Amino acid sequence: MKKLINRPENVVKEALMGMAAAHPDLIRVSYEPNFIVRVDAPKEGKTAIISGGGSGHEPLHGGFIGLGMLDAACPGEVFTSPTPDQMLEAAKAVNGGAGVLFIIKNYTGDVMNFEIAAQLAQSEGIDVASVIINDDVAVQDSLFTAGRRGVGATVFAEKICGAAAEQGQSLAQIEALCRRVNANARSIGVALTSCTVPSAGKPTFSLGDDEMEVGIGIHGEPGRRRLPLESADDITTMMAAAVLEDLPFKSDDDVIVMVNGMGGTPLIELYIIYNKLDQICREQGIRIVRNLVGNYITALDMSGVSITMLKTDHEMLALWDAPVKTPALTWGGLS
Amino acid sequence: MINRDAIIDWLEAIAHTYDENQQVLTDLDSPIGDADHGANMARGFNKVAQKIPSYAERSIGEILNDVGLTLMSTIGGSSGPLYGVFFLNASKIAFGKDTLSAHLITTMFESGLMGIVKLGKASPEDKTMVDALSPAVEALKAAVAENKTLSDSLLCAVTAAEAGMKATIPMQARKGRASYLGERSIGHQDPGATSITLLIKAAYNSWHETN
Repeated sequence: MKKLINRPENVVKEALMGMAAAHPDLIRVSYEPNFIVRVDAPKEGKTAIISGGGSGHEPLHGGFIGLGMLDAACPGEVFTSPTPDQMLEAAKAVNGGAGVLFIIKNYTGDVMNFEIAAQLAQSEGIDVASVIINDDVAVQDSLFTAGRRGVGATVFAEKICGAAAEQGQSLAQIEALCRRVNANARSIGVALTSCTVPSAGKPTFSLGDDEMEVGIGIHGEPGRRRLPLESADDITTMMAAAVLEDLPFKSDDDVIVMVNGMGGTPLIELYIIYNKLDQICREQGIRIVRNLVGNYITALDMSGVSITMLKTDHEMLALWDAPVKTPALTWGGLS
Repeated sequence: MINRDAIIDWLEAIAHTYDENQQVLTDLDSPIGDADHGANMARGFNKVAQKIPSYAERSIGEILNDVGLTLMSTIGGSSGPLYGVFFLNASKIAFGKDTLSAHLITTMFESGLMGIVKLGKASPEDKTMVDALSPAVEALKAAVAENKTLSDSLLCAVTAAEAGMKATIPMQARKGRASYLGERSIGHQDPGATSITLLIKAAYNSWHETN
């Protein structure tokens, strides 16, 4: 499998160096342990928002650092949770004296490493709260699984909580807000191919030309089911149904929608998906008030798409609209 | 009796086996995971191997503690904390000792297992490393209780670990990334059970000529 890399073991470091070189006005990168912070950190008196996870999901999380979103991100090896020392150093670097919120995607490794980091940070006098994001409807949250995965809602949580922090909300307020975003968001993903992890050199699993994988995560792992490939409209109908019935979303709800490319799918296809999703929502009286279409939380070169839907209210919408200035997301008039 | 040199031999043997088996572990971690287990374990223990010169004058307890911390900050994922806590717990048992008897080795492995169970909360048949490590610890305890030599006891542990590792094949995963696959995780050997078995085998290979 061809990749635009040098040595596999240097992928993360070289990408971080590239990000630092591309966005010196927005971010600063530290190495060993690896973490990225907003260029004006620490912001005195502001609650700091930190997230992180394995690399390979770009722009998540490093691309979301800056005004109105993350204060810091901790990138692990590709698809591998970062280690506690990364989060500890990041917390120390961005702590403005108002505490730190860890936004954690629900994966066993992420949860363990962030938990250890939170304890270490607390023992250094940093107030830490943690919220786990678990929006993926494909997995049953039961005693017999590791729980629902944290996927697209992470982007929403980072934006909304980042805005709240920029406006001076407290750690307790932002923690509650983050839980509310998580509770009102649902996601599902479908893949046409797996992805190739640099150190593996070949796709994690193979799909036939006429097959699709339904209920995927963001690490290239097989999904819940393998089905014959359908049309974009039929795939969207299936995905929408899974998400809409899970919350459930109802007629008259205002929603923010993300049609997210998994990394290997062209934008032209994402818009075809959005077209059908928009129709479905209209038919059901669900108002899409804002949207994102593009690559926001990817799995390297996986072909596929995920849909995330957030049932929003006035407060969340205002925070969504608040100014943001990061490598991957920029809007709002800035004075 | 196991002394510092023997512990260092073991650490080198682990690093070597994870290097040799990186592709094996990657291949096991692909159908039911995200294909990073081989790279993670190799990276973690290569970092440990690089630190070995600094272990020359340190006690066994200090060495195992440093190994635990090194793994915790190098491996990442869930393996980092789990293997990290295994060695951190082991280091507490070895604290203050210059040599380790078969009995103490057993207690060390058991303490490591308990740390893993407490942190990861896996139960038997969840299809995890515990399914190989737990039978291995039981076999070690039974053998040592019968006054078998360390060498023979470790062989019992290896045999039990390998059986436990293979027994994960028909299990449906209830923990970790494989659990997202539900029934599709059945029919695949667990990568974590495999890597812990390799670690136990490395102990046997390093120590079976000691007594």
